[in-house]
Amino acid sequence: MVAVIAEKIGMTQVFDEKGVLTPVTVIKIDENLVVEQRTAEKNGYNSVVLGYGEVKKSRMLKPVLGQFGEDKEPKKYLKEMRDFELECKAGDKIGIEIFNDIDSVDVIAVSKGKGYQGVMKRHNYGGGRVTHGSKFHREGGSTGQASYPSRTFKNVKMAGRMGADRVTVQNLKVVKVDTENKVLLVAGSVPGVNKGILTVRKSIK
Amino acid sequence: MDLIKAVESAHLKENTENFSIGDTVKVFFKIIEGTTERVQVFEGVCIAKNNTGVRKTFTIRKLSYGVGVERVFPFHSPRIQKIELVRPGRIRRAKLYYLRDRIGKAAKVKELIKRKS
Repeated sequence: MVAVIAEKIGMTQVFDEKGVLTPVTVIKIDENLVVEQRTAEKNGYNSVVLGYGEVKKSRMLKPVLGQFGEDKEPKKYLKEMRDFELECKAGDKIGIEIFNDIDSVDVIAVSKGKGYQGVMKRHNYGGGRVTHGSKFHREGGSTGQASYPSRTFKNVKMAGRMGADRVTVQNLKVVKVDTENKVLLVAGSVPGVNKGILTVRKSIK
Repeated sequence: MDLIKAVESAHLKENTENFSIGDTVKVFFKIIEGTTERVQVFEGVCIAKNNTGVRKTFTIRKLSYGVGVERVFPFHSPRIQKIELVRPGRIRRAKLYYLRDRIGKAAKVKELIKRKS
């Protein structure tokens, strides 16, 4: 896996080489700090812990600060990347340069919360007829059978909290890698709010 | 927001706005068909300008064989070779959608004549 922690800035449009307007998401990738390397011998698996985002040392809790040791600056966000493919050691910095020859990425983030939603929005139920005396509009309908089994089965689709889930969007085309502004442009949308934290990785498919 | 503006700035054309709403203009638009490239001219009245930044567009309306045709062009599109001003128009509003309901001479925009002072 080749992945970094990044920040969603927002969306805009750019012209591609044919002059077609393409919707893009602007993703800011500042330098990621390699905080720790975990190895199969010591931890049972291989991974790299990356840190992102500036934070004042005085704002950190001591147990969290302890992970960074004395030689590394503290970072606001930490994420573990399993089976990291790039050569690196603790204290290294990983920047946007790793995306220079990559043409598609996956983006993982927490989607926007939608609150308590009904089944039509949450599970794409069709709903009932609006007119002609129908009294069944946006309800979910039956949730099970009668005296047998005398209960509602687990995982029946009903109304409830929607959004704020971890969402992965695969195979987003990289439109441009701007090393000067440390900005990555990907075609299409990306889950989460603006200024939200994303994981951007090289496509696995 | 500054980063978004920085991204957009690379695609913006400079000083291309040589016409205003109500003007009759010729738009030289490049059309790419497979490998060949040709320039098509679309001549008509600019009836609206919309949006800002890289998304800025303008609408050109013309009559072709008695049928009204409207086309929306992205302002900063690299496929617009040039825009030629044919005839400035005298108008009193920013969106000339009322032209759609008018037929014949009533659908005309009066020419703007600037007096020398």
